[in-house]
Amino acid sequence: MSGHVSPKTTYYAIFGALMVLTAITVTIAFINLGPLNFPVALGIAILKATLVILFFMHVKYSSQLTKLICGTAFFFLFVLFGLTLSDYLSRGWFVAPGGTAAAGTRVTIGPPAPIAEPAGQTETDTEPQTAPER
Amino acid sequence: MPEIAAAHADPGAHAHHPALQHHFQTLEQQQEASTLGMWIFLVTEVMFFGGLLMAYLLYRVWYPLAWSEGSLELDIRLGGFNTVVLIGSSLTMALAVRSAQTGAQKATVRWLLLTMALGLTFLVVKFFEYREKYLLHHIPGPNFQFEGPEAAHVQIFLSLYFGLTGLHALHMVVGFCILAVITWMAHRRRFSPEWYTPVELSGLYWHFVDIVWIFLFPLLYLVDRAHHLS
Repeated sequence: MSGHVSPKTTYYAIFGALMVLTAITVTIAFINLGPLNFPVALGIAILKATLVILFFMHVKYSSQLTKLICGTAFFFLFVLFGLTLSDYLSRGWFVAPGGTAAAGTRVTIGPPAPIAEPAGQTETDTEPQTAPER
Repeated sequence: MPEIAAAHADPGAHAHHPALQHHFQTLEQQQEASTLGMWIFLVTEVMFFGGLLMAYLLYRVWYPLAWSEGSLELDIRLGGFNTVVLIGSSLTMALAVRSAQTGAQKATVRWLLLTMALGLTFLVVKFFEYREKYLLHHIPGPNFQFEGPEAAHVQIFLSLYFGLTGLHALHMVVGFCILAVITWMAHRRRFSPEWYTPVELSGLYWHFVDIVWIFLFPLLYLVDRAHHLS
Protein backbone atom coordinates (compact mmCIF):
# COMPACT_ATOMS: atom_id res chain seq x y z
CA MET A 1 0.00 0.00 0.00
CA SER A 2 1.37 3.36 -1.02
CA GLY A 3 -0.51 5.46 1.57
CA HIS A 4 1.47 8.36 2.96
CA VAL A 5 2.48 7.85 6.59
CA SER A 6 2.77 11.18 8.41
CA PRO A 7 5.12 11.38 11.39
CA LYS A 8 3.43 11.40 14.79
CA THR A 9 4.80 14.87 15.49
CA THR A 10 2.70 16.25 12.61
CA TYR A 11 -0.49 14.98 14.23
CA TYR A 12 0.47 16.37 17.65
CA ALA A 13 1.40 19.73 16.08
CA ILE A 14 -1.95 19.94 14.25
CA PHE A 15 -3.77 19.04 17.48
CA GLY A 16 -1.86 21.80 19.29
CA ALA A 17 -2.76 24.32 16.59
CA LEU A 18 -6.44 23.32 16.80
CA MET A 19 -6.40 23.79 20.58
CA VAL A 20 -4.78 27.23 20.29
CA LEU A 21 -7.37 28.29 17.67
CA THR A 22 -10.19 27.01 19.92
CA ALA A 23 -8.82 29.08 22.83
CA ILE A 24 -8.62 32.17 20.58
CA THR A 25 -12.17 31.82 19.28
CA VAL A 26 -13.57 31.33 22.82
CA THR A 27 -11.67 34.40 24.05
CA ILE A 28 -12.91 36.54 21.16
CA ALA A 29 -16.48 35.49 21.94
CA PHE A 30 -16.27 37.63 25.10
CA ILE A 31 -15.03 40.73 23.23
CA ASN A 32 -17.66 42.78 21.42
CA LEU A 33 -16.32 43.48 17.94
CA GLY A 34 -19.73 44.53 16.65
CA PRO A 35 -20.36 43.12 13.19
CA LEU A 36 -16.86 41.54 13.11
CA ASN A 37 -17.61 38.80 15.69
CA PHE A 38 -19.30 36.59 13.12
CA PRO A 39 -16.68 36.74 10.31
CA VAL A 40 -13.79 36.31 12.78
CA ALA A 41 -15.36 33.23 14.41
CA LEU A 42 -16.23 31.79 10.99
CA GLY A 43 -12.72 32.46 9.68
CA ILE A 44 -11.14 30.60 12.62
CA ALA A 45 -13.59 27.70 12.11
CA ILE A 46 -12.67 27.52 8.40
CA LEU A 47 -8.97 27.53 9.32
CA LYS A 48 -9.50 24.69 11.82
CA ALA A 49 -11.53 22.67 9.30
CA THR A 50 -8.80 23.18 6.67
CA LEU A 51 -6.15 21.81 9.06
CA VAL A 52 -8.29 18.73 9.82
CA ILE A 53 -9.03 18.12 6.11
CA LEU A 54 -5.44 18.55 4.93
CA PHE A 55 -3.61 16.61 7.64
CA PHE A 56 -6.01 14.36 9.61
CA MET A 57 -7.96 13.39 6.47
CA HIS A 58 -4.76 13.16 4.37
CA VAL A 59 -6.10 15.33 1.53
CA LYS A 60 -2.69 17.00 1.31
CA TYR A 61 -1.27 13.65 0.20
CA SER A 62 -4.30 12.44 -1.79
CA SER A 63 -4.80 12.23 -5.55
CA GLN A 64 -5.93 15.20 -7.62
CA LEU A 65 -9.33 13.53 -8.09
CA THR A 66 -9.92 13.28 -4.32
CA LYS A 67 -8.90 16.93 -3.92
CA LEU A 68 -11.37 17.90 -6.65
CA ILE A 69 -14.24 15.98 -5.02
CA CYS A 70 -13.42 17.60 -1.65
CA GLY A 71 -13.40 21.01 -3.34
CA THR A 72 -16.82 20.47 -4.94
CA ALA A 73 -18.38 20.11 -1.47
CA PHE A 74 -17.29 23.63 -0.55
CA PHE A 75 -18.07 25.01 -4.00
CA PHE A 76 -21.71 23.86 -3.76
CA LEU A 77 -21.92 25.01 -0.15
CA PHE A 78 -20.77 28.44 -1.36
CA VAL A 79 -23.45 28.40 -4.10
CA LEU A 80 -26.12 27.47 -1.54
CA PHE A 81 -25.16 30.18 0.98
CA GLY A 82 -24.01 32.79 -1.51
CA LEU A 83 -27.01 32.82 -3.82
CA THR A 84 -29.56 32.61 -0.98
CA LEU A 85 -27.96 35.37 1.10
CA SER A 86 -27.40 37.58 -1.96
CA ASP A 87 -31.20 37.74 -2.12
CA TYR A 88 -32.04 38.17 1.56
CA LEU A 89 -29.19 40.50 2.51
CA SER A 90 -29.74 42.83 -0.47
CA ARG A 91 -33.52 43.25 -0.09
CA GLY A 92 -33.21 46.59 1.69
CA TRP A 93 -30.63 48.14 -0.63
CA PHE A 94 -33.06 49.54 -3.18
CA VAL A 95 -36.70 50.17 -2.38
CA ALA A 96 -38.95 50.83 -5.36
CA PRO A 97 -41.63 53.59 -5.00
CA GLY A 98 -44.56 52.10 -3.11
CA GLY A 99 -42.50 49.05 -2.14
CA THR A 100 -41.46 47.98 1.33
CA ALA A 101 -38.23 46.68 2.79
CA ALA A 102 -38.64 43.03 3.80
CA ALA A 103 -37.81 41.60 7.21
CA GLY A 104 -34.44 40.38 5.99
CA THR A 105 -32.97 43.84 5.81
CA ARG A 106 -32.24 44.33 9.50
CA VAL A 107 -28.88 42.73 10.17
CA THR A 108 -27.80 44.84 13.14
CA ILE A 109 -29.03 44.43 16.69
CA GLY A 110 -31.25 47.28 17.84
CA PRO A 111 -34.87 48.21 18.48
CA PRO A 112 -37.15 47.98 15.42
CA ALA A 113 -37.96 51.26 13.65
CA PRO A 114 -41.56 52.50 14.21
CA ILE A 115 -43.85 52.11 11.19
CA ALA A 116 -45.26 55.44 9.95
CA GLU A 117 -49.07 55.65 9.88
CA PRO A 118 -50.49 56.53 6.45
CA ALA A 119 -52.06 60.00 6.78
CA GLY A 120 -55.10 61.45 5.03
CA GLN A 121 -56.24 58.10 3.66
CA THR A 122 -59.74 57.94 5.13
CA GLU A 123 -60.94 61.40 4.01
CA THR A 124 -60.20 60.92 0.31
CA ASP A 125 -61.78 57.46 0.24
CA THR A 126 -65.20 58.58 1.53
CA GLU A 127 -65.89 61.16 -1.19
CA PRO A 128 -66.50 58.86 -4.20
CA GLN A 129 -68.74 56.59 -2.12
CA THR A 130 -71.19 59.37 -1.27
CA ALA A 131 -71.48 60.55 -4.88
CA PRO A 132 -73.88 57.87 -6.34
CA GLU A 133 -76.50 58.44 -3.57
CA ARG A 134 -77.39 61.88 -4.85
CA MET B 1 -20.90 -17.15 -13.12
CA PRO B 2 -18.83 -19.46 -15.32
CA GLU B 3 -16.05 -16.87 -15.38
CA ILE B 4 -16.01 -16.65 -11.59
CA ALA B 5 -15.99 -20.42 -11.32
CA ALA B 6 -13.15 -20.53 -13.83
CA ALA B 7 -11.25 -17.87 -11.89
CA HIS B 8 -11.67 -19.82 -8.68
CA ALA B 9 -10.55 -22.97 -10.43
CA ASP B 10 -7.39 -21.25 -11.57
CA PRO B 11 -4.82 -21.57 -8.77
CA GLY B 12 -2.89 -18.54 -10.11
CA ALA B 13 -5.95 -16.28 -9.62
CA HIS B 14 -5.50 -16.32 -5.84
CA ALA B 15 -1.87 -15.41 -5.80
CA HIS B 16 -2.79 -11.97 -4.49
CA HIS B 17 -3.89 -10.32 -1.24
CA PRO B 18 -7.14 -11.88 0.06
CA ALA B 19 -8.69 -8.41 0.43
CA LEU B 20 -8.19 -7.56 -3.26
CA GLN B 21 -11.50 -7.76 -5.14
CA HIS B 22 -11.44 -9.32 -8.59
CA HIS B 23 -12.55 -6.18 -10.40
CA PHE B 24 -9.48 -4.23 -9.26
CA GLN B 25 -6.01 -4.73 -10.63
CA THR B 26 -4.03 -3.66 -7.58
CA LEU B 27 -4.66 -2.85 -3.91
CA GLU B 28 -3.60 0.74 -4.60
CA GLN B 29 -6.31 1.06 -7.23
CA GLN B 30 -8.86 -0.49 -4.87
CA GLN B 31 -7.87 1.85 -2.04
CA GLU B 32 -8.08 4.87 -4.35
CA ALA B 33 -11.59 3.87 -5.49
CA SER B 34 -12.77 3.29 -1.91
CA THR B 35 -11.39 6.63 -0.71
CA LEU B 36 -13.00 8.44 -3.62
CA GLY B 37 -16.36 6.79 -2.90
CA MET B 38 -16.12 7.83 0.76
CA TRP B 39 -15.35 11.41 -0.22
CA ILE B 40 -18.38 11.53 -2.55
CA PHE B 41 -20.51 10.32 0.37
CA LEU B 42 -18.98 13.04 2.57
CA VAL B 43 -19.87 15.67 -0.07
CA THR B 44 -23.53 14.62 0.22
CA GLU B 45 -23.17 14.87 4.00
CA VAL B 46 -21.80 18.41 3.68
CA MET B 47 -24.87 19.39 1.64
CA PHE B 48 -27.11 17.59 4.18
CA PHE B 49 -25.81 19.75 7.04
CA GLY B 50 -25.57 22.71 4.62
CA GLY B 51 -29.36 22.88 4.30
CA LEU B 52 -29.78 23.18 8.07
CA LEU B 53 -26.94 25.72 8.30
CA MET B 54 -28.66 27.76 5.58
CA ALA B 55 -31.83 27.82 7.71
CA TYR B 56 -29.67 28.88 10.68
CA LEU B 57 -28.09 31.75 8.70
CA LEU B 58 -31.40 33.01 7.35
CA TYR B 59 -33.18 33.04 10.72
CA ARG B 60 -30.12 34.69 12.23
CA VAL B 61 -30.48 37.51 9.67
CA TRP B 62 -34.16 37.84 10.53
CA TYR B 63 -34.01 37.56 14.34
CA PRO B 64 -30.58 38.76 15.53
CA LEU B 65 -31.92 39.68 18.99
CA ALA B 66 -33.32 36.19 19.53
CA TRP B 67 -30.02 34.67 18.41
CA SER B 68 -28.18 36.80 20.95
CA GLU B 69 -30.57 35.79 23.75
CA GLY B 70 -30.66 32.15 22.71
CA SER B 71 -26.90 31.64 22.55
CA LEU B 72 -26.58 32.98 26.12
CA GLU B 73 -28.75 30.03 27.21
CA LEU B 74 -26.07 27.57 26.06
CA ASP B 75 -23.27 26.62 28.45
CA ILE B 76 -19.99 27.79 26.91
CA ARG B 77 -17.95 25.65 29.36
CA LEU B 78 -19.67 22.40 28.38
CA GLY B 79 -19.50 23.35 24.70
CA GLY B 80 -15.81 24.22 24.97
CA PHE B 81 -15.07 21.01 26.89
CA ASN B 82 -16.83 18.98 24.19
CA THR B 83 -14.83 20.79 21.49
CA VAL B 84 -11.56 19.78 23.17
CA VAL B 85 -12.84 16.20 23.63
CA LEU B 86 -13.91 15.88 19.98
CA ILE B 87 -10.72 17.37 18.52
CA GLY B 88 -8.81 15.05 20.86
CA SER B 89 -10.77 12.10 19.49
CA SER B 90 -9.81 13.21 15.98
CA LEU B 91 -6.15 13.10 17.05
CA THR B 92 -6.51 9.57 18.48
CA MET B 93 -8.37 8.49 15.32
CA ALA B 94 -5.57 9.85 13.12
CA LEU B 95 -3.05 7.98 15.27
CA ALA B 96 -5.16 4.80 14.98
CA VAL B 97 -5.00 5.07 11.17
CA ARG B 98 -1.26 5.67 11.40
CA SER B 99 -0.82 2.57 13.59
CA ALA B 100 -2.78 0.52 11.05
CA GLN B 101 -0.58 1.91 8.27
CA THR B 102 2.60 0.90 10.07
CA GLY B 103 1.24 -2.51 11.13
CA ALA B 104 1.17 -1.76 14.87
CA GLN B 105 -1.94 -3.85 15.49
CA LYS B 106 -2.17 -3.57 19.29
CA ALA B 107 -1.65 0.20 19.12
CA THR B 108 -4.43 0.41 16.51
CA VAL B 109 -6.87 -1.26 18.92
CA ARG B 110 -5.73 0.99 21.80
CA TRP B 111 -6.13 4.22 19.80
CA LEU B 112 -9.52 3.09 18.47
CA LEU B 113 -10.74 2.31 22.01
CA LEU B 114 -9.54 5.72 23.18
CA THR B 115 -11.36 7.37 20.26
CA MET B 116 -14.56 5.55 21.21
CA ALA B 117 -14.15 6.58 24.86
CA LEU B 118 -13.77 10.23 23.87
CA GLY B 119 -16.77 9.97 21.54
CA LEU B 120 -18.82 8.53 24.39
CA THR B 121 -17.66 11.35 26.69
CA PHE B 122 -18.93 13.87 24.14
CA LEU B 123 -22.33 12.15 24.00
CA VAL B 124 -22.64 11.98 27.79
CA VAL B 125 -21.90 15.73 28.12
CA LYS B 126 -24.42 16.39 25.33
CA PHE B 127 -26.99 14.33 27.24
CA PHE B 128 -26.56 16.51 30.33
CA GLU B 129 -26.85 19.65 28.19
CA TYR B 130 -30.11 18.36 26.71
CA ARG B 131 -31.32 17.33 30.17
CA GLU B 132 -30.81 20.87 31.48
CA LYS B 133 -32.82 22.23 28.53
CA TYR B 134 -35.56 19.71 29.32
CA LEU B 135 -35.72 20.72 32.99
CA LEU B 136 -35.90 24.42 32.06
CA HIS B 137 -38.71 23.74 29.53
CA HIS B 138 -36.46 25.08 26.77
CA ILE B 139 -37.31 22.28 24.36
CA PRO B 140 -39.40 23.74 21.51
CA GLY B 141 -42.99 22.57 21.48
CA PRO B 142 -46.23 23.01 23.47
CA ASN B 143 -44.38 23.07 26.82
CA PHE B 144 -41.82 25.67 25.73
CA GLN B 145 -41.29 28.42 28.32
CA PHE B 146 -38.98 31.37 27.95
CA GLU B 147 -38.92 34.77 29.64
CA GLY B 148 -38.29 37.72 27.37
CA PRO B 149 -39.71 39.73 24.47
CA GLU B 150 -38.09 37.48 21.86
CA ALA B 151 -39.44 34.19 23.31
CA ALA B 152 -41.14 33.06 20.08
CA HIS B 153 -38.00 33.62 18.05
CA VAL B 154 -35.72 32.09 20.71
CA GLN B 155 -37.85 28.99 20.18
CA ILE B 156 -36.74 29.00 16.52
CA PHE B 157 -33.11 29.35 17.64
CA LEU B 158 -33.48 26.41 20.02
CA SER B 159 -35.24 24.36 17.32
CA LEU B 160 -32.21 24.85 15.09
CA TYR B 161 -29.91 24.14 18.06
CA PHE B 162 -31.62 20.81 18.66
CA GLY B 163 -31.83 20.06 14.93
CA LEU B 164 -28.16 20.73 14.27
CA THR B 165 -26.68 19.23 17.44
CA GLY B 166 -29.17 16.33 17.38
CA LEU B 167 -28.20 15.42 13.82
CA HIS B 168 -24.55 15.77 14.79
CA ALA B 169 -25.08 13.54 17.86
CA LEU B 170 -26.79 10.97 15.62
CA HIS B 171 -23.69 10.95 13.43
CA MET B 172 -21.59 10.46 16.56
CA VAL B 173 -23.70 7.40 17.53
CA VAL B 174 -23.34 5.97 14.01
CA GLY B 175 -19.60 6.68 14.09
CA PHE B 176 -19.33 4.99 17.49
CA CYS B 177 -21.01 1.84 16.11
CA ILE B 178 -18.73 1.84 13.04
CA LEU B 179 -15.66 2.19 15.27
CA ALA B 180 -16.89 -0.69 17.45
CA VAL B 181 -16.91 -2.96 14.37
CA ILE B 182 -13.53 -1.64 13.17
CA THR B 183 -12.01 -2.17 16.64
CA TRP B 184 -13.27 -5.76 16.64
CA MET B 185 -11.77 -6.31 13.17
CA ALA B 186 -8.47 -4.78 14.31
CA HIS B 187 -8.54 -7.03 17.40
CA ARG B 188 -8.97 -10.04 15.09
CA ARG B 189 -5.87 -8.82 13.18
CA ARG B 190 -7.75 -8.30 9.95
CA PHE B 191 -5.69 -5.26 8.94
CA SER B 192 -2.16 -4.98 7.65
CA PRO B 193 0.04 -2.24 6.13
CA GLU B 194 -1.10 -3.65 2.75
CA TRP B 195 -4.82 -3.36 3.54
CA TYR B 196 -6.31 -1.05 6.17
CA THR B 197 -9.01 0.67 4.06
CA PRO B 198 -11.85 0.27 6.62
CA VAL B 199 -9.75 2.04 9.29
CA GLU B 200 -8.88 4.84 6.85
CA LEU B 201 -12.51 5.33 5.72
CA SER B 202 -14.06 5.26 9.20
CA GLY B 203 -11.36 7.78 10.11
CA LEU B 204 -12.55 10.06 7.30
CA TYR B 205 -16.11 9.80 8.64
CA TRP B 206 -15.00 10.54 12.20
CA HIS B 207 -13.00 13.61 11.11
CA PHE B 208 -15.99 14.85 9.11
CA VAL B 209 -18.17 14.68 12.22
CA ASP B 210 -15.44 16.61 14.05
CA ILE B 211 -15.46 19.31 11.34
CA VAL B 212 -19.25 19.70 11.68
CA TRP B 213 -18.78 20.38 15.40
CA ILE B 214 -15.92 22.83 14.66
CA PHE B 215 -18.56 24.94 12.87
CA LEU B 216 -21.50 24.27 15.22
CA PHE B 217 -19.62 25.33 18.36
CA PRO B 218 -18.89 28.95 17.32
CA LEU B 219 -22.18 29.37 15.44
CA LEU B 220 -24.41 28.21 18.30
CA TYR B 221 -22.42 29.01 21.45
CA LEU B 222 -20.11 31.91 20.58
CA VAL B 223 -20.87 34.38 17.78
CA ASP B 224 -23.86 36.24 19.26
CA ARG B 225 -22.72 36.18 22.88
CA ALA B 226 -20.58 39.32 22.77
CA HIS B 227 -23.45 41.53 21.60
CA HIS B 228 -24.78 41.49 25.15
CA LEU B 229 -21.55 43.21 26.28
CA SER B 230 -21.62 46.88 25.36
